[in-house]
Amino acid sequence: MIAIVDYGAGNLVSVKKAFDHLRQDCVITSDPAQLSSAAKIVLPGVGHFASTASLARTGLQDAIQHAIARAVPFLGICVGMQWMFSRSAESPETPGLGLFPGECQRFPATVKSPHVGWNSLQIDSSSRLFQNVPSSSYVYFTHSFHAPISEVTVACCDYGGSFAAAVERDHLFGVQFHPEKSGETGLQLLSNFCAL
Amino acid sequence: MLTKRVIACLDVDAGRVVKGVQFSNLRDAGDPPELAKAHSDSGADEIVMLDISAARQNRATLLDTVQRAARQLFIPFTVGGGIRTLDDAAAVFSAGADKISINSAALAHPDLITQIAQRFGSQAVVVAIDAKRCVNAPVWLAFTHGGRTVARRDAVAWAREAEARGAGEILLTSMDRDGTGAGFDCDLTRAVADSVRIPVIASGGAGGPAHFVDVFRHGHADAALAASIFHYGFSRLADLKQSLGSEGIPVRWPC
Repeated sequence: MIAIVDYGAGNLVSVKKAFDHLRQDCVITSDPAQLSSAAKIVLPGVGHFASTASLARTGLQDAIQHAIARAVPFLGICVGMQWMFSRSAESPETPGLGLFPGECQRFPATVKSPHVGWNSLQIDSSSRLFQNVPSSSYVYFTHSFHAPISEVTVACCDYGGSFAAAVERDHLFGVQFHPEKSGETGLQLLSNFCAL
Repeated sequence: MLTKRVIACLDVDAGRVVKGVQFSNLRDAGDPPELAKAHSDSGADEIVMLDISAARQNRATLLDTVQRAARQLFIPFTVGGGIRTLDDAAAVFSAGADKISINSAALAHPDLITQIAQRFGSQAVVVAIDAKRCVNAPVWLAFTHGGRTVARRDAVAWAREAEARGAGEILLTSMDRDGTGAGFDCDLTRAVADSVRIPVIASGGAGGPAHFVDVFRHGHADAALAASIFHYGFSRLADLKQSLGSEGIPVRWPC
């Protein structure tokens, strides 16, 4: 069973719909106990980085950390990916989970912000998440902050400079774009995550 | 490179897709979920569904139509028409919309923009502006209730206010061009696009690929929306995106 974590941040229906379409058993939950029995965990998120603060308050963060320690595959989407880093300039007082070092930054003033729409990726072919996804595929973004490029980056995107569109290390995955809104490319990626 | 979006719009009245000329003379064009899926398959970057009679007939958006359409869509899906409160918006999101579009209610209660943005994020809030050019002046006024009421707001000033209140995108329709196929109003689009930092979706007047090229190049639009040219088979979306690509406009093609 795939658990989609509900922490009151935005709309989770589209994520569930995509997994339903892939005929995956999934549930939207805000119950930490349910995360302990999940085979995989997805942390969606839209909106403000500060919204992730409720994860610590509700016990969901502990449940996620325990699952990650048990090597349960974890996928962070959008703000969910940003939360995997140490912190974000959007809300410096809200700590991230710190799975990856670095701080999420705002786009430079030279480009319109938010970055909204379909942009192309440069994909590291060794990525497990991007199996059978051709490099330069288009995916749908909507965000004002982004994670830095580092050794865990497996897909880059260019908007006012290069930024990390996806990260991957062992059973930890994060995507800045919305795979549930990225047509066939996004469904392929989610299907790869399900197959792990 | 960030691409220019081509958005297919479904104007829905009483559960059917319709399309009029300058906001009247409606013609039936089909079943909303079926058309939404077909447009997505042929390369639309996004689907917008507007319940065009909702605001003036004072009835709720057709949630079951939204739900049926959303089930088959894995690209961004915006729903508008008849959303007056935070609860109305929440119901539309629950039915599967990714963004809501508000027009009349936003002008009447601008705070609604902020309320929805705080709960669902700015990326989920599209403020739709129906604008009509004043005679003999490069000034456009915003209208509400499906083009039936003048809000007496300058469209550019209203777009800026909407952005400041938390709107994530502006859907800008030229009432003068709507359904005419005479081309987008590039002056209007540029006036708004150059005044805000959020994306502007140009709408009204699409008749062929050259109009899209114009509004992206000269209107500074981030996205362009059309309805009738796609529904009645005047122009296939896939052909349109190919033409745009060959003109040097960055588009998502092949999808």
